Amino acid sequence: MAERMGFFTDTSVCIGCKACEVACKEWNRVPDDGFVFRATSYDNTGALGANTWRHVAFIEPDRPVTGDGLDGWLMASDVCKHCTEAGCLDVCPTGALFRTEFGTVVVQADVCNGCGYCVPACPFGVIDRREGDGRAFKCTLCYDRLRGGLEPACAKACPTDSIQFGPLDELRERAEARLDRLHREGRSNARLYGEDPGDGVGGAGAFFLLLDEPEVYGLPPDPVVPTRDLPRMWRWAAAAAATLATVTTLAVLGRR
Amino acid sequence: MAECHPVGFQWVMEAKARGATVFHIDPRYTRTSAMADVHLPIRAGSDIVLLGALINHVLSGGHEFREYVLTYTNAAHLVSEDFRDTEDLDGLFSGFDPDGRTYDPASWAYAHRSDAPPPGEVGGASGAGRGREHAETAEAETYGSGGAAADAAPATDPTLTHPRCVFQVLKRHFARYTPELVERACGIPRAEFARLADTIVACSGRDRTTAWVYSVGWTQHTAGAQFIRAAAILQLLLGNIGRPGGGILALRGHASIQGSTDIPTLFNILPGYLPMPHAGRHEDLDAYLASAGPDTGFWGRKRAYLVSLLKAWWGEHATAGNDFCFGHLPRLTGDHGHYATVLGQIDGTVKGYFVIGENPAVGSSGGRAQRFGLANLDWLVVRDLTLVETATFWKDGPEIATGEMRTEEIGTEVFFLPAASHVEKEGTFTNTQRLLQWREKAVDPPGDCRSDLWFFYHLGKRVKARMTGDEIDRPVRELAWDYPEEGPHAEPSAAAVLREIGGIGPDGRALDSYTELRDDGSTRCGCWIYCGCYAGEVNRPARREPRGGADPWIAPDWGWAWPANRRILYNRASADPDGRPWSPAKALVWWDAAAGRWTGRDVPDCEPDKPPGHRPPSGARAEQALSGTDPFIMQADGKGWLYAPFGLADGPLPTHYEPHESPVANPLYGVQANPARVVYPRPDSPYNPPRSPRFPYVLTTYRLTEHHTAGGMSRPLPYLAELQPELFCEVSPELAAERGLVNGGWATIVTSRTAIEARVLVTERMRPLRIEGRTVHQVGLPYHWGWGGDGLVTGDVANDLLPLALDPNVYIQESKAATCDIIPGRRPAGPALRELVRRYREDGDG
Repeated sequence: MAERMGFFTDTSVCIGCKACEVACKEWNRVPDDGFVFRATSYDNTGALGANTWRHVAFIEPDRPVTGDGLDGWLMASDVCKHCTEAGCLDVCPTGALFRTEFGTVVVQADVCNGCGYCVPACPFGVIDRREGDGRAFKCTLCYDRLRGGLEPACAKACPTDSIQFGPLDELRERAEARLDRLHREGRSNARLYGEDPGDGVGGAGAFFLLLDEPEVYGLPPDPVVPTRDLPRMWRWAAAAAATLATVTTLAVLGRR
Repeated sequence: MAECHPVGFQWVMEAKARGATVFHIDPRYTRTSAMADVHLPIRAGSDIVLLGALINHVLSGGHEFREYVLTYTNAAHLVSEDFRDTEDLDGLFSGFDPDGRTYDPASWAYAHRSDAPPPGEVGGASGAGRGREHAETAEAETYGSGGAAADAAPATDPTLTHPRCVFQVLKRHFARYTPELVERACGIPRAEFARLADTIVACSGRDRTTAWVYSVGWTQHTAGAQFIRAAAILQLLLGNIGRPGGGILALRGHASIQGSTDIPTLFNILPGYLPMPHAGRHEDLDAYLASAGPDTGFWGRKRAYLVSLLKAWWGEHATAGNDFCFGHLPRLTGDHGHYATVLGQIDGTVKGYFVIGENPAVGSSGGRAQRFGLANLDWLVVRDLTLVETATFWKDGPEIATGEMRTEEIGTEVFFLPAASHVEKEGTFTNTQRLLQWREKAVDPPGDCRSDLWFFYHLGKRVKARMTGDEIDRPVRELAWDYPEEGPHAEPSAAAVLREIGGIGPDGRALDSYTELRDDGSTRCGCWIYCGCYAGEVNRPARREPRGGADPWIAPDWGWAWPANRRILYNRASADPDGRPWSPAKALVWWDAAAGRWTGRDVPDCEPDKPPGHRPPSGARAEQALSGTDPFIMQADGKGWLYAPFGLADGPLPTHYEPHESPVANPLYGVQANPARVVYPRPDSPYNPPRSPRFPYVLTTYRLTEHHTAGGMSRPLPYLAELQPELFCEVSPELAAERGLVNGGWATIVTSRTAIEARVLVTERMRPLRIEGRTVHQVGLPYHWGWGGDGLVTGDVANDLLPLALDPNVYIQESKAATCDIIPGRRPAGPALRELVRRYREDGDG
């Protein structure tokens, strides 16, 4: 397997230009997401879904902005997290979802049967079925581009390097250094999200530097892959079955 | 900048990562503000108060870069005894003619040095008539590459204490521009102003520089040119021009707008900012050159520039005997700007109209006047990528809906010609830093789509073929119009055109530099400032060495910058008067005494072998008149102009005037708005009265990252249209409460021109401002929508709200500051819309 590759999205330098959304759709031929004015700041695509694989969230200030420009209007480009423990992958019955040689999680449209098990299995609400098509779609981390030695389209288009692509270990180091600098500059709310291999998804292949609580961005504060409890559940089920069998056996034997 | 120039903004982010402090001054808190260290909200149109107060802060605190100012600017020049300032005349400079609303600039001149030869006629002729003509034909535009004519031998006072020296004139002029005034007029609190003022002073001088970046937020005002002048004064005082990290950086509206003034699509200038000749006044070449800018400095070679241009255009027919066909050039008779043309269409004096890559029915101010003009033409040619509204107004425009126009009554014959996009043709872009970059063709244009070059070339060939032996046909008949053709559609060679623009010598070889241009007809050059772009028979704009070439920092082998591949203009000022860099950190070019030459990282912007100690002989011409310490080589006197003795239509110094439509009184003068602004008071060009209670809010228009100008290139694209699908207005929670506006609901915005509807975005990013003790609200409107144009998304036309009020120097419309009312709900449709506007106008007038 090649080195595990991923995204580090540094929202502290995101200018909300949405070039990532557009480049993603252009490269991957993702359909538009409808033409709806949502009155949610400058965000009119709403959320990640089958037709939006990069999504820039805009969080309006909740108080009058002051002279200090920083942190007044938050922008963040969200994407599939390419989890170490990926719920979507775990539950896929057809093998449409698979882990690539880059450690990323990709869904193959020509194998997907549209069962939709993956949709509730994602703790981030990323993967979704396309209306009128039925199959599930999400970010592939531009698997085709990676195979061709190119960086993903969104990272390539990002003018401020808010989206950085590279070997995950290197990205984590870079993120720590950036976080340190922001903390030294007094931006104590800055934090990393999804970089910790000890978290509920075993660490994300696409992690973020946020300037506020994850909930502010619409991200779950403590995501857990739902399939993490499966072994334990199976053990309970096995124990329950064993108990039942024992009780039944004893009951039958006791009659005699 | 993050909103409209996100790719360029990466370098601001880069600077920030290296420790730069970023201030953002804007009426709205935008994507740029979110990245800035400090955002200063400003009332739209009050920028000269802010800049004036910064100038005052520098002057009164003694913070100017004294050595730079003394040697490189005109601070020491004495001004004529006849000059009267706006401080003396309550908002007017001396020389104003209230009937013609124009200035006679004669009294603004320098005082002439008594021991020098007489200065002669400056700018060709003086008097009110000249000032009026200068204004009427927007002649200030000619200063895009050089300064105005001026006395090159003025009296001076190196101690800067003489009451009539420019330095003291400046001090008095800006003395009342104080932090208190900034707070009252701009709405910027004193503490925030102090932070800005302290920072720019701390970040200027020998070791540090400050840059100002602006875009149409400064230009699109009735005093827009003076906004930029104010920034120029500040930067000159702080020594921030001609040095790395300094400057005033103009971000242009879209690709190659810089190119479209260099090789103009404007009525008032010829390539390289040579002025367009006037009918009557410029019968021959000598008469023209006598008033076509200064004789000293490099502009003094103007005869060579023009003759080489005429040779490029008329080839063998252009000879010394016939003034090089100077008589073939068209002549100006007055204001032929965009808005005057439109009013001419309404009046029936303009019969035909080419619209190339523009969408004035949606994209220009006063959209109604635009469309009434289009409807009164004999013929209209629209070339664009999609069927824009300008091509379809006759069947689906807003005036059809109101019943004011009926399709069957519109006689305009409309020709729509599909155009090739920038990836479907080759050529160059010239971007904001004067950098020419060659574009390869990626794909063939589909169907009948053709490049603009193809269209004009073949149109020209067909017109030429119809020319007769009649004298009136001679200029077109004799035109040199013979470029190599390529491919199945006979596409003219863009490279051949570029080579001609770059200049060709007597031996037929491409020229190296504009200093090789001759006035005897032996050289040809389509644009003198681009001369050398094909030097050595190399398409230099096509070079792509990111960090290569002589200096990785300058990257001289990436594209080609005019003039002479120089990346920072006036860079002689990066060295001290003796030719040494001001500091090691800011070294750019310097005098190498041993070699007897200027050298450095950039191409030196001066004669390479002129030593710093050189002093010109009396009566010298052209560059011979410049001393070794004159960095501003295109100026008549080689100096950076703190004070402009000639060349501007509205005064030698920037002065705060309220926008044409403003909710407040001018806090400084009895004169409310720029007295020389261009307005067209007529029934089809109505205005909101100043301080009208009917139109109490400030209206400002702008662009979003997601769309392009009037939307012709973005509304038809699903991936862009979905990102901003509807016209919306941005209002503060306070204004929303005052007017009953609901986030996500509808609002109707009304001016004297019309009313439009928009969705409402209530945001804390819009801050109500305290102006003169009361609250002033601003309404923000992006202008990307229209009713059709092959768009996937549609919306009302924001530009329909705007007045026809223009800057008097360059005729740009005031689209950044007007007044309006805003009410909840959708606008009435049909004739009821006009009824609503009529009621407002009656109330407003009453």
